[in-house]
Order: sequence, then C-alpha cells, then structure tokens
Amino acid sequence: MPTEALTPLRSVFRPHPVARFMNERAIPVLTVVAALLAVWLAATYLLNVTVQRDAFERAGTPYTARTLFLATYQMERPILPSPHQVALELWKTTVETPVTSKRSLVYHGWITLSSTLVGFAIGTLLGIVLAVLIVHSRTLDKSLMPWIVASQTIPILAIAPMIVVVANAIGVTGLLPKAFISTYLSFFPVAVGMVTGLRSPDRLHLDLMRTYTATSSQVFWKLRLPAAVPFLFTSMKVGIAASLVGAIVAELPTGAVAGLGARLLAGSYYGQTVQIWSALFAAALMAAVLVAIVGMLDGIVRQRMGIRS
Amino acid sequence: MATVIPLDTRRQEPRSQDPAMTEARASTRPAVIDIRGLSLTFDTADGPVHALSNVDLSIEKGDFVSFIGPSGCGKTTLLRVIADLEQQTGGTITVNGTTPEKARLNLAYGYVFQAPALYPWRSIAANVALPLEVMGLPKAERIRRVKKNLALVNLVNFEKKFPWQLSGGMQQRASIARALAVEPDLLLMDEPFGALDEIVRDHLNEQLLQLWAKTEKTVVFVTHSIPEAVYLSTKIVVMSPRPGRIHDIVESDLPRGPRLLDIRETPDFLKIAHRVREGLRAGHSYAD
Amino acid sequence: MNALLAPLRGGGVLPFLALVAVFLAFPLPGDANALGLSPIPLGGLTALVVVAAAAFLRGAEALGIGLGLIASFAGAALLIDALPNAPMPSGSPGMSQGFWFALIAVWLLAWTTVDRIAGLTLRHPLARRAADLAIPVLFGAWLLILWEVLVRGLGVPPVLLPAPSAIGARLVAETATLWADFRQTFLHSVLIGWALGCGAGFLVALVVDRVPFLKSGLLPVGNLVSALPIVGIAPIMVMWFGFDWPSKAAVVVVMTFFPMLVNTLAGLDASGRMERDLMRTYAAGHGQELLKLRLPAAMPFVFNALKINCTLALIGAIVAEFFGTPTVGMGFRISTEVGRMAIDMVWAEIAVAALAGSLFYAAIGLVERFVTFWHPSMRR
Repeated sequence: MPTEALTPLRSVFRPHPVARFMNERAIPVLTVVAALLAVWLAATYLLNVTVQRDAFERAGTPYTARTLFLATYQMERPILPSPHQVALELWKTTVETPVTSKRSLVYHGWITLSSTLVGFAIGTLLGIVLAVLIVHSRTLDKSLMPWIVASQTIPILAIAPMIVVVANAIGVTGLLPKAFISTYLSFFPVAVGMVTGLRSPDRLHLDLMRTYTATSSQVFWKLRLPAAVPFLFTSMKVGIAASLVGAIVAELPTGAVAGLGARLLAGSYYGQTVQIWSALFAAALMAAVLVAIVGMLDGIVRQRMGIRS
Repeated sequence: MATVIPLDTRRQEPRSQDPAMTEARASTRPAVIDIRGLSLTFDTADGPVHALSNVDLSIEKGDFVSFIGPSGCGKTTLLRVIADLEQQTGGTITVNGTTPEKARLNLAYGYVFQAPALYPWRSIAANVALPLEVMGLPKAERIRRVKKNLALVNLVNFEKKFPWQLSGGMQQRASIARALAVEPDLLLMDEPFGALDEIVRDHLNEQLLQLWAKTEKTVVFVTHSIPEAVYLSTKIVVMSPRPGRIHDIVESDLPRGPRLLDIRETPDFLKIAHRVREGLRAGHSYAD
Repeated sequence: MNALLAPLRGGGVLPFLALVAVFLAFPLPGDANALGLSPIPLGGLTALVVVAAAAFLRGAEALGIGLGLIASFAGAALLIDALPNAPMPSGSPGMSQGFWFALIAVWLLAWTTVDRIAGLTLRHPLARRAADLAIPVLFGAWLLILWEVLVRGLGVPPVLLPAPSAIGARLVAETATLWADFRQTFLHSVLIGWALGCGAGFLVALVVDRVPFLKSGLLPVGNLVSALPIVGIAPIMVMWFGFDWPSKAAVVVVMTFFPMLVNTLAGLDASGRMERDLMRTYAAGHGQELLKLRLPAAMPFVFNALKINCTLALIGAIVAEFFGTPTVGMGFRISTEVGRMAIDMVWAEIAVAALAGSLFYAAIGLVERFVTFWHPSMRR
C-alpha cells in the first residue's frame, strides 16, 4: 500500500522544529546583530580616535597605537561610546543603584512607563468607543472619520510640549499631562483600526445574521466585535509604541527632571553620551517588551477564539 | 477523415476493455516529449510526498494530450516538470529532444496557468507583449505579434483595456494569446478553464480546438473534467493519486481537427468517456 | 396627541430641541446686565431657526438643508459678533444664559443639517462627492466655531487655549517668521532626510532581497526597530552633525529608513507564485523579473512606506529641534514660544505643520494614484 510505503521515511525527512527555528530565524538574526555590533565597535574607534589623540597630545602623554586603540574604548565622554560602556552603564544604573535613587534607570523608566500605560489604556478605550459610535452613526462616520484619517498625516507629537506646559500652568502636573499625550497618540491608530475591523465582516456574514433577524446589538456582539479583534491588536501594537514615544517626547522640553526623556535631555546638556545611549537602550528595550506583551496577548486571544494566525 | 492516431507502444494497459481502442501501433511522428521512469518526491514537514511515481509517456508532434485525474494525482506536477518549473527526482525526460531546462531557455513552449495571471498594471496588449519584451524582440515585431495573437483569440478591440476591466473568460483568452505570442510549437495548459462557468468553458473549448487545428501545435492540457478531456484530446492520460502515476492511456478515435460540441452526444464519445470514468474510478478506489 | 408627536419619530428630535432652545434664548429678567444678543438679531435668528426647524419637521429635506445652512451660519456669525472683543475682566458676569441657549439652538440646527445631508440618497456621482466633501468640511467649520465661541464666551485665558481667530491673526502677522521656520524645518530637514532615508531603505531592500540569509536576519530586526522610539537619537545626532539642519535630517533618515526597508521587502514578496513561474517560463533573468514583475507589484507597499514616512519625518525633524537649533525652525519656535507662554504662536506653528503634513501626504497620495492605478484599492 502506498501509505505504508511512506511511513518509514517520515522521521528521516522531517527537520526538528527547534533546528528549523535555529536555521530559519535565530542564526540569521544573531548574525545580523553580531554584524551590527562589529560595525559599532569599528565606528567607536574611528569616531573617537582623533579626539583621544588630541587629548593625549594636549596632556603630553606618550602613546602607542595600542594604548590609543584601547583608550578610545574607555573615554569618559566619547563621541560614540563602545557597547561595553553602554552595557556597564545600564548594569550600574539598574542593578547597582537603588530603585529610589534619582540616578537609577529603573526609577526613570518607571516614570515613563507609568504615563505610557495610563495614556495607552485611556487611548485604547477611547478609540474603541469612538469606533463603535462611528460604525453605528452615519453622520459621525461621514463627518468625523475623514478628520481622524487626516489627523494621522499631522505631526501631532509637536504639540506635546505645549500640552505639558499648559497643564502645568493650570496646576496639573506629574503623570497626567504626559499620559494625555500618550492617550492622544494611541487613540488614533486604535480608532482607525477598530473601525476597519468592525466593518470587516463581509456581505455574506451580515446577510446570514439578517436571515436570523438578529438585532443590531446581536450583530455587534456576535459578528462585528469578534471580527474586529485581530485589527484591534494590530493597532494596539502601533498604539503602545506611539504611547511610549509620546511619553518620552513629553518629558523633553519642559525641564522635567524624571523619566527617560529627561535623561536624554540631561545627557545632551552635559555631553554625557554614555548616559544618552543607556537611556536610549532602556527605551528601546521597553518598547520591545511592551510590543511583545501586546503580541502575546494577541496570540492568547486568537487561540481562545480559535483563529489561526 | 483524420489520420489514425499512433499509440504509445511502451505501455501495457492492464485494464483495457476495448482492445480496438488501445491496440498498439508504431509511432510515425517524432516525439516532442519523451518521459521514462519519471518520479518526483517532495520533502514536506509531514514527510515525503510521492507526487509522481514511475511515469512513462511519449507525446508526438501535433498531439492534443490531456492529463485527467483527481486532485493530488500529480497531473499539474507532471506538466510543471515538462515546463522545468519542477525537477524530477528520478527518471529521464526530454522536451524537443533536449532537457526541459534547455527547452525552457529556448522558449520552446507557451504555458497557460489555472488563472489568467495577467499583470494588472499592464494593458491587455502590453500583457501579451510581455514575453516578447523579455525575449528582446524589436518593437515592430512585438506589435505585429500582439495584433496577430489577439485576433486569434477574438480580442482585437480590447488591446487598451486593463485586465480587471475584462470578464474571466476574456482574461483567460488574453493569457492564451500571451502564450501563443512566443510562437512555440508546444502549448502547456494547466486547467486553463477550470475557474470559468460551463457556458464560457464550452465556448472556449470550441475556440481552442479551432486554434489547434489552425496552428498545428502540440498541446498538453491538464483538466479534471471528463467531457472536456474527451472533447478536446487525441490522447487522454488517466492518472491516479498516492503515489501519482499513470493509470491508463486512452487513444481517442474521434475525428481530428475542429469538432462540433454536438459530438459529445455521439456513442463514440460516450464510449471513450465511459472508459475514462472507469479508469478514474479504478485508480481512485484502492488509494483511499 | 399622536399626530402632534408624529414628526418627532423620524429623526425629528433634534430640530424640535433646537426650537425649544431658541425660545429659551430670550433673556430672563435677571440676566439684564450680562452680555448677550441684542433683541433685533435675536428676533431674526429665532425666525430663521423656526422656519428651518419647521421645514425639517415637515419633511421638506432640501428646503430644510438650505435654510438650516443659512440659519446656522448666520446664527454663528451673530453669536461671534456678540462676543466681547477684549478679554473679560474677572468678576464680570460673562455671557447671558440666553446666549448659551442660542448657541445650543444654532448648533443643534447645524447638526441636524449635517445629519440630513449625510442621509440624502444622491444619484449623481458628482453630487455624492460634493456631499462627502461638504460633511467633514461643515463638521470642521463647526468645531472651529464652537472653539471660538466657547473660548471667548467663557473667558478662557489665551495662555491655556487661544481662540482660532487669535491663531489666525498670528498666522497673518508672523508670516515671515513662519515661512523661515518652514523653510528650515520642512524644506531642509524633512524633505532631504525623507528622500535620503526612503532612498536608502529602498536600495538596501533591493540588495537584501537577493540574499535570503540576510533577509531572514534583517526582517525581524527591521520590524523591531520600526517600533522603537528612534526620535531619542536626536541628541546624539545633534552632537555629531551640529545644530543646523543636517543633524535633523540625519534623525529623519534613521527614522524613515526602516519602515521603507521592511515595506519594500514585503512588497518584493507580494507578487504571486504563478506570476513568477510565468517569468520563469520566459527564461527571464533576475533583472527582468525585478523590473517587469516584482517592482511594479511592490509599488503599493513602497507608497505605504512613503506615506508613513512623511508623518514620521515631520515628527523627527520637529522633535530633534527641541535638542538645539540655530534660532529658526518649527520645533525651535514651538519650544521657545511655549517657554514664553505665547501659545497662539505655538498653535500657528502647529497649524503650519499640520497643513504641510497633510499636503505632503496628499501629494504622495496623488502620485500613488497615478502609479498604482491598477491596485484594487485604487480602482473606482
């Protein structure tokens, strides 16, 4: 029988899933990351070497090519810090510094994270509510939707400093003004994505509900909402990244003393490149983790709903 | 009256019911495609799949050969091997006396896919001109061939239209014109009318036969419709799945050249159709 | 009773409420010293609202829409005219109750009008397009009117939120400054950075596409980087490339590079298997396949990236200026004018940024329509 003939070969030809992941994803990605690190290391020497040579000559320190080379990776205010300096600074400011200290990156990260999360939660909720209203009101759809779409072409982030200053002027300080900007930034992608999602059921499915004489709320709960879930998560991924950018930018121009944005600004004032880079990496890490969490939630919800990605 | 069709001599038919129809005759015309002991195994995540197993087939110049069989019998795969879109894992195959790869590089065949596969950003004329541009033909020659082949498929007034502005049948006709524009002796067609409704399909079948009679090309045609296969072909290759293989080769004694659609009600037609159906049933029954 | 209520059922609630509100707009005795509409304009306004609302209630749609447009905009003009020109002194009673009722009446009428226009079934395609354009424009106009009336009528301090008219005045008065800022930020940082970043992303994608190993390595990294707060590199770029526009353009280049890379790579994979097999049957080389099949098929993706990037570029350039510029530029102006509490100037700058952003986006959209006319989303 042909089927039996296949059986003994099966195990030989099927590559192990872990091996396949390694071959198709992990190894190429790690290679690219290693290449980027190599470029970084080379750039560190090339960018720092003139400054370091000047420094040695001004100080009258005798130097060889070897000491010069090593020194470019140990400068206090390098033009480009080396990866190990950034890693060391990250380690120092997260693990070795108490969380309550103003020098702890965990402390600054938490300030930024809290306003990001609050803003994102409100923005997402607002976006969903507005999308539901738009889908159910012809007038809102025709009058408001074009503005929401158009507003995505506008550099909304530019108003961040103004919002913070104005909020401070009327006595609202701390987390809320920043969260407001995060709200503002996450609200648009969620509203647009959700409207698309709620409209995604095709004619056939809607007609089916019609044959059941379903009420519009039944159509909403049983058809439109489930259909919109994948769209919601996709736009939430965009929204949370935008929220974080909003929170960081909101900390920039206002003389804020805490938060990753403030660290960036302080670093740029005092030429503390290592501090800038470590704040930047902390922000990048946070963004990656936040997007990954939303992605995981997405996966769980899809699995529960039986949607295959 | 059409010439007597020679039969592939190398193959013994195990289930022949009408000896007259499968009587071995010596081949008089050169073989365009010659396949011996061909097999193809795909490695998939679920283990190897024997798409084709020990296939022997010879197709002579001017033949209209249909591959028919249920899905998974390897009929499309066989066509793709001929076109050098897949490589066999065993056996030999020659197309026009050379390897399929050389034949492909010589543009020895025109290929028509299941879907029109017209490029939506090109007008109908520009779509037909696409292979000619790839070949590097001069503009005047391109224009000449586009005009000629669009006329062959009755699409003269649609040159400037874009594919999405045409019906499915017209799109598939344009894709046939595109395959003909290469001016190959061999036409490979992979269920070209599978997505069309029966009325359009009948019409296109009729047109295709007229075209074949006019141009004297060799056609290899994949289908899963028995009436279509019997109506069009001079030779019907019945295939069966798991592993994909040839189950029966039926020579048609219907008259060559353009046939009327009414031929489908004649006893001769029904006899061949019956044999093809029997072959399909037998080939399928023990595989499941 | 039933006959009386009948018009209210088919969406007649809004005009009915407008009628109620306009009669409540007549001043109460205690309101005498507050600011409001004087009797003659109020009478005229009432007459207009009554006629328009009556037309709506009687189901005369076209007449209602015409009268509704006239009445609501005339009402808005009267209301804005009645507002005090100078900021209200503290302790003044502010606008009268009647004024706010009049505003509610006019706004309800306007909403009804927009609602009815949205409900029209128009046969002529041109009329439909006109209606689809008019509805958001009316909505936007009413947003501005409400903003103007509320800010001035409630006496909101201009440092919090200036009235649109004040912003408009600034736009006119400071044209020279705004133009200089626009030139510095948009014409230099944004356009140059955008072109370089998109160009580099596109070319790198073409190269990476040829090396599957590099592609499977770069794609996840590119997707990750696209989600990162890249504006954060602004201080570094300012240190490296100085205060003038090149440092901002550099930020824009980095911000726009990855979306273009990822989108182009996805686009190059967008052509179908059959289409590629077709090129193979023609014995087409890599270059021919790229030029005749994969690049045209990638164009919708490329334009998607171009559009995403035009917003990103503006954001990058403006935010990068917060870290230091010569004394010109939209971001510089925003941060300094915020510091000086000249919020109307900030809004004027934002209006310019918004206009530039949408026009830039629209321009790319226009080219997109031309290039990807064949794509299902573009066919009409």
